[in-house]
Amino acid sequence: MKALVAVKRVVDYNVKVRAKADGTDVDLNNVKMAINPFCEIAVEEAVRLKEAGTVTEIVAVSVGEASCQEQIRTALALGADRGIHVEVEGRPEPLTIAKLLKGVVGQESPDLVIMGKQSIDGDNNQTGQMLGALTGMGQGTFASEVKIGEGSVEVMREVDGGLQTVSLTLPAIITTDLRLNEPRYASLPNIMKAKKKPLDTLTPEQLSVSIQTHVTQVGVTPPPERAAGIKVEDVSQLVDKLKNEAKVI
Amino acid sequence: MKTLVVAEHDNAALKAATLNAVAAAAALGGEVDILVAGAGCSAAADAAAQVAGVTKVICADNAAYEHQLAENVSLLVAELGADYDNLLAPSTANGKNIMPRVAALLDVGQISDILSIESADTFTRPIYAGNVIATVQSSDAKKVITVRTTAFDAVAAEGGSATVEACAAAHDAGVSQFVREEVAQSDRPELTAASVVISGGRGMQNGDNFSLLEGIADKLNAAIGASRAAVDAGFVPNDYQVGQTGKIVAPDLYIAVGISGAIQHLAGMKDSKVIVAINKDEDAPIFQVADYGLVADLFEALPELEAAI
Repeated sequence: MKALVAVKRVVDYNVKVRAKADGTDVDLNNVKMAINPFCEIAVEEAVRLKEAGTVTEIVAVSVGEASCQEQIRTALALGADRGIHVEVEGRPEPLTIAKLLKGVVGQESPDLVIMGKQSIDGDNNQTGQMLGALTGMGQGTFASEVKIGEGSVEVMREVDGGLQTVSLTLPAIITTDLRLNEPRYASLPNIMKAKKKPLDTLTPEQLSVSIQTHVTQVGVTPPPERAAGIKVEDVSQLVDKLKNEAKVI
Repeated sequence: MKTLVVAEHDNAALKAATLNAVAAAAALGGEVDILVAGAGCSAAADAAAQVAGVTKVICADNAAYEHQLAENVSLLVAELGADYDNLLAPSTANGKNIMPRVAALLDVGQISDILSIESADTFTRPIYAGNVIATVQSSDAKKVITVRTTAFDAVAAEGGSATVEACAAAHDAGVSQFVREEVAQSDRPELTAASVVISGGRGMQNGDNFSLLEGIADKLNAAIGASRAAVDAGFVPNDYQVGQTGKIVAPDLYIAVGISGAIQHLAGMKDSKVIVAINKDEDAPIFQVADYGLVADLFEALPELEAAI
């Protein structure tokens, strides 16, 4: 069974991103970049399925500028077998990424596509579902458990108020939620080995995708600030304030 | 201008999130219709017909839609979408699951989690875990949008008199099946709909200590939430999680207990009307957004608080 794992290069989750003073865009000068945390969980899941003997080959794919090869190398160091870089300038929209991934799916014919539920930059939570629509595959979004069966996969999903389990015909798409697994760290020998693993580059033209603009960012602002309130001395003062000042209890 | 709102419901009743999405639809102007796709969902459709400001309810009652499987419902929404300028859904687990599929079927972009409507094609939405608010403009003729429910005040659930129209379209993509559902049973209000929320963080130390929140929650008719740190530590299930990657809440009163106030948590609760923070670390960032901060050991403060209210 072949698994295709999509990974995205994003600002490291520890970085507090701010709007530029002129409001045109976020300030990404000299910030640390990393693999999107949800994508890291996707890589880990594929590696675990390979260790369990279910998956035989893991292909890591990323759509973006040349620098995203770094994140493909991270996936290779974590256990992916080879990489595909689809080279696109700027910040492609989710629908564009989904169309490019559809092209890769067409070339690779994976049984399973595993990707993060959302990237922590745009917070769109769209690409996996869009790839599902474009390929006609079923989707197990917000997955917290994955069980491969005979020609199908059972996915337990995090939904409002609990968990839902669905069974999907293979090939299928899984998008990861936080509790699916805890990703490992890449060991130094594996990081060295990853440098020798094959990494191919494709262009949108080779995948017959023309890039269109659907949604344009016209500006950014910091979120409204919430002013700090007061410190109360003890519980009785707190209860008094809530009853008589805020009038919420 | 015509807008279709995809209802959040459980076949028997309409969920409150639908009312927030209808409010966003009304703000766009023009006719607002609601789609209730389910199985045996006529009660939910009747409830939708009562919602203020709605012209028409489309009731698609078919076994294929019973569990809101995205593969099936998206085909239906995309087909009905031919008659509409805007397709909206609340930004719930269902809305997030279904709508991007609809957008891709229609070859349009989706605008996720909108906070405000600036004009017919321009919206604001949070990016980078709510650290930045982006203003985005859609160039698609047909817009697919999910709505952050806490950003739009719900319309009245009563007072409308929409017509209910049955839709016979049956779409079964045949690639997914519902297996089972484990929904937490609780007498408490739902986290996203509660007027009071009390949440615990890593400072609770373990899952058993969440019982300290229960007595207070019972007295205030509050929902219980948690920070991602508490969920990651295994204290409570993920559906308790308040934050950018969990639930977004905006109750009248939010009580954060033993929560340091990571950005990802603040993104999920900072629109609450009144915020109370109880934490023994006086430098915890949660105090920067709290209206009332109490620097105290939660194991002493919580029993006192329960006794005092």
